[in-house]
Amino acid sequence: MKALLNQQNRAPLAFAVMGLLLVGVGMGQSWPFALAILNLCLISAIMSLGVNIQWGYAGLLNLGVMGFTALGGLAAVLVSEAPVLEAWSVGGQGMAVSFILVVITIVLSILVYRNMAASWQRRLTLAILYIGAYFVINNFYEPAVSAIEGVDPATYGFLGGMGMPIIFSWILGGLMAAGVAWVVGKITLGLRSDYLAIATLGISEIIIAVLKNEDWLARGVKNVAGLDRPVPFELDLQSTPWFIDMVQSIFSGRLAALVDTQRADALNQLVIQSSSIFVKLCYTSLFTVVLVVILLLSIKALNSPWGRMMRAIRDNEEAANAMGKNVVRQHLQVFVLGSAVVGIAGAMLVTLDGQFTPSSYQPLRFTFLVWLMVIVGGSGNNLGAVFGGFFIWFMWIEAEPLSIAFMDLVTAGMDQASGLRDHLLKSAPHLRLFIMGLTLLLTMRFMPKGIIPEETRLHSV
Amino acid sequence: MPEITDILNAIVLFSNFVLVPAASYGAQLALGALGITLVYSILRFSNFAHGDMMAFGTMVVIIVTWGFQSMGISFGPLPTALLALPFGIVGAVVLHLAFDKTVYKFYRAKKSAPVIFVIVSTGVMFMTNAIVRFIIGPGDQRFMDGTKFIFRPREFKEFTGLSEGLALKSTQVLTLTVAVICVAALFYFLQKTRTGKAMRAFSDNEDLALLSGINPDRVVLITWIIVAALATTAGTLYGLDKSFKPFTYFMLLLPMFAAAIVGGIGSPVGAVVGGFVIAFSEVIVTYAYKKFFIYLMPESLEPSGLMQFLSTDYKFAVSFIILVVVLLIRPTGIFKGQSI
Repeated sequence: MKALLNQQNRAPLAFAVMGLLLVGVGMGQSWPFALAILNLCLISAIMSLGVNIQWGYAGLLNLGVMGFTALGGLAAVLVSEAPVLEAWSVGGQGMAVSFILVVITIVLSILVYRNMAASWQRRLTLAILYIGAYFVINNFYEPAVSAIEGVDPATYGFLGGMGMPIIFSWILGGLMAAGVAWVVGKITLGLRSDYLAIATLGISEIIIAVLKNEDWLARGVKNVAGLDRPVPFELDLQSTPWFIDMVQSIFSGRLAALVDTQRADALNQLVIQSSSIFVKLCYTSLFTVVLVVILLLSIKALNSPWGRMMRAIRDNEEAANAMGKNVVRQHLQVFVLGSAVVGIAGAMLVTLDGQFTPSSYQPLRFTFLVWLMVIVGGSGNNLGAVFGGFFIWFMWIEAEPLSIAFMDLVTAGMDQASGLRDHLLKSAPHLRLFIMGLTLLLTMRFMPKGIIPEETRLHSV
Repeated sequence: MPEITDILNAIVLFSNFVLVPAASYGAQLALGALGITLVYSILRFSNFAHGDMMAFGTMVVIIVTWGFQSMGISFGPLPTALLALPFGIVGAVVLHLAFDKTVYKFYRAKKSAPVIFVIVSTGVMFMTNAIVRFIIGPGDQRFMDGTKFIFRPREFKEFTGLSEGLALKSTQVLTLTVAVICVAALFYFLQKTRTGKAMRAFSDNEDLALLSGINPDRVVLITWIIVAALATTAGTLYGLDKSFKPFTYFMLLLPMFAAAIVGGIGSPVGAVVGGFVIAFSEVIVTYAYKKFFIYLMPESLEPSGLMQFLSTDYKFAVSFIILVVVLLIRPTGIFKGQSI
């Protein structure tokens, strides 16, 4: 048993168990459901890799995962939606002027910051600059916003996007998240670890607030639905000859056993079922490619001199600093990289959902759950983070039916009409948060290095 | 020049929509931030479970209030929840101590890094959140009873003859009164009593405190009791003033942290001041001043827009921006933090 659980065997064993669990869901519940879980497992694994880069490599406590996920989602809208030309013509100019003015303000404030000595005069100048800029920019910005939001608000009311295939958003999502992370990191990375946590938590809330309220950007809480897809639609597939032929040949045995009158109906049923599975499999393969690429790059980075330096900084900042490593710059770098990976996953998630709903971004689901993945899986170990993504997402989905089943069991002996029974059954889904919290606490206590722990690298002299 | 009644109207308007609501919100934040600051200075970590602990205590208060109401017990003109408050505090104390014994104690003994504490406190946050949602549900609950208003806008208008009304909700007065009592009692306790001094000594220098024979377990126990009491009181006051919803309480975490840090984390005075700074900035920046200026400005200069700096949806952003500015300019906060 002990040999079975040693370092080398853990990862294959863990992934084998995970595979069995998914197959179990496929056989026990349904295959499309199992594939739906698997697809989200893959996305979760990428997010978890991103957080692992920050926490596992460098020990940065970033509680702003949700914000970067949402930025990725925004990228999906900005890339795939067709541009709303009318909105551009009424408000584009105002927006462009505001944008240029914002840039000018930033440049000016950097100049002031660099060229004046740290003093109250500098603060005053900056404050006046910002307040002045606010009023000047608002003159252009507000009319532009109301003009844009007035363009057919029921369907548009935003600037639209670039009208490109949505898959490019996976790149743009990463870049946007990286850009914002650079700014955020510049501001917050000097802070103590728990201040950083609070600051990033706050920034993610602000990002969500902006996405919810700036309707001109991505329609805010009115949501953008019906996004472009990188894979075919089920309905189109169902009328595509080659797909019907393929289904026919796969299930030829089963179809041949039927009488002619039933065969057409049965084939139709099979085509409908298969189309859903086929689409999900397309997503699965796309996501797997991304995951594998990021995973390989992460492993390579962690084993390189760069990774060694990161671990050295994590384990002893002062010593690494004394050895001439620029700790703040490396932290910024790793913060940007990790956030970019999270942004990619965010864009993939919106691609899979086919819609962008800013109000669906909740910190428990998008920040703390991802943290749980990294910690349970094994921080500092890329395979561990991937496994954590799979395992925790699986639990998150399956904890709900399990809690309900558990409550059914608990309340089995109770009076059918009792109010308590009703309440317990109704509240059962909330138990999954409890299970997640408990998992985190138990892992931290009894397995602080996670299920697949970081390899201890010992070099003999 | 505007006439004197216009000026009075403007002042009343401003009080009604900015001063009074911000003062009571500030008092609620201050009580919450006090709890965060105490945990930070004595137990030495940022407690991310504080918002949900608040929700838990308030939930017990609500349930006991419902019990009282069904038994026909009331507190006259005051909300019944005040009678139920001690039960809520006891509930919160029990939960805090249970988590301390099962979770925090282990890491304290190991002298784990603050980051580890932050992570386990998010675990506690998850569990508390689940318990609250499981028992009372995720929805909105109102449990305010008794007299709603000290005076209503209409009464105020009739009394003064001004065209602007001023409402004073009883919960607002209650919030400020209770907050003043709590803060005064806490400061007396910390400054004058033996246990309070022991707590301050423990916060200043743990090793020295241990050497002087201060019992660390007792300090921790008392800290949790005070924190639970403050959190439940803050949560109940907030719930009476607005409404109770588990998610809202979780979201209060950010302004409360901002208040504690802006004031100087670890400093109780700072937490109180920070609470008001955050509350006033949130309300002042998101208030639409159009009507206010109409009263004060000559007609030709009347503003055309709403005169609102930020839409109310950015309330959290305000507290956060103040937080970042303070962290950058003066990381120790207004009152030099890190000690009580």
